[in-house]
Amino acid sequence: MAQIIVVTSGKGGVGKTTSSAAIATGLALKGKKTVVIDFDIGLRNLDLIMGCERRVVYDFVNVINGEANLNQALIKDKRCDKLFILPASQTRDKDALTKEGVGRVLDDLAKDFDYIVCDSPAGIEQGAMMALYFADIAIVTTNPEVSSVRDSDRILGMLQSRSRRAEQSLEPIKEYLLLTRYSPARVKTGEMLGVEDVKEILAIELLGVIPESQSVLKASNSGVPVIIDQESDAGLAYSDTVARLLGEDVPVRFITEEKRDSLKGYLVANYVDT
Amino acid sequence: MSILDYFRSNKKTNTASLAKERLQIIVAHQRGERGAPDYFPKMKQEIIEVIRKYVQISDDQVSVQLDQNDDNLSVLELNVTLPESK
Ligand SMILES: Nc1ncnc2c1ncn2[C@@H]1O[C@H](COP(=O)(O)OP(=O)(O)OP(=O)(O)O)[C@@H](O)[C@H]1O
Ligand SMILES: [Mg+2]
Repeated sequence: MAQIIVVTSGKGGVGKTTSSAAIATGLALKGKKTVVIDFDIGLRNLDLIMGCERRVVYDFVNVINGEANLNQALIKDKRCDKLFILPASQTRDKDALTKEGVGRVLDDLAKDFDYIVCDSPAGIEQGAMMALYFADIAIVTTNPEVSSVRDSDRILGMLQSRSRRAEQSLEPIKEYLLLTRYSPARVKTGEMLGVEDVKEILAIELLGVIPESQSVLKASNSGVPVIIDQESDAGLAYSDTVARLLGEDVPVRFITEEKRDSLKGYLVANYVDT
Repeated sequence: MSILDYFRSNKKTNTASLAKERLQIIVAHQRGERGAPDYFPKMKQEIIEVIRKYVQISDDQVSVQLDQNDDNLSVLELNVTLPESK
């Protein structure tokens, strides 16, 4: 039976799609058969981040409406044969995602996959509610910044009251915090909320900390999930995150300023001086 | 304090700890209203309006909190900060 993971946040632009692509790819690289679904109806983006935008023929809404079957709509990743993408539709019909329709598609996928990763749109409208409704695990993606943390708490409320597990009084959704766009240097100077601060405020288990990194833009420019870039701090931080999701005990990295970098900076500064 | 002092002192303030304090209050507030019945926001608004008939208060001087305990017991807590009488 598949585990359904929702990557959610409330606030827009915090890194849900970046994280969905990275985590789904990471799970597949670990040998888990994984499908990642774009729930952002009308604003499809996951296909771009995964680099498969030119192979989209049918989409999630086509499958729900019976205009295509799953095999026609699923896109097989070109890097990893255990990974599939189900793209969002570009329709402007906000109500295209019905509970029955989404439930049916997820049931079908669950027979075949180990993990189903749902990339939620921002907000608390239909698309976001459908992305979280069937979840077993929630990855609450948060930036260390006031509005993002408040919205994450709002989403926690939704997970606890508006999900299938809540409505049917089942065991609650497992909630994890994923702190993204983290700048250790700014935390050090007291300009940015630290990991411990956010953990204390939201009081949920920490799954990972992804540093603010130039490698993320580089990865999205090339249509390669950043986790593939194992020379980047963000790529490594996502690998750690996936390992923790699979129950491994991995220490959190990249939450203090890199000593190597400051040393390099120091040497360069001295060199320029003389 | 001159404008210059303001910027100087501002530079040294730890804004992250200010953010944390503010968030702790907001989150406690949000969590207090979580799981409340659907009529709750409207009832809260009406209670505030009744109080306003007698004293001048703003919305943030009233906190209405619903605590659900384990056994079928809910406690509705109403806190009103009254303006100082002169
Ligand atoms: N760790 C990071 N370092 C630097 N930039 C990042 C990081 N994570 C995300 N970004 C950038 O932030 C922007 C938003 O990311 P993304 O699209 O993943 O967010 P989202 O939560 O899916 O947004 P939306 O709510 O619109 O769906 C992108 O430009 C992305 O490149
Ligand atoms: Mg997105």
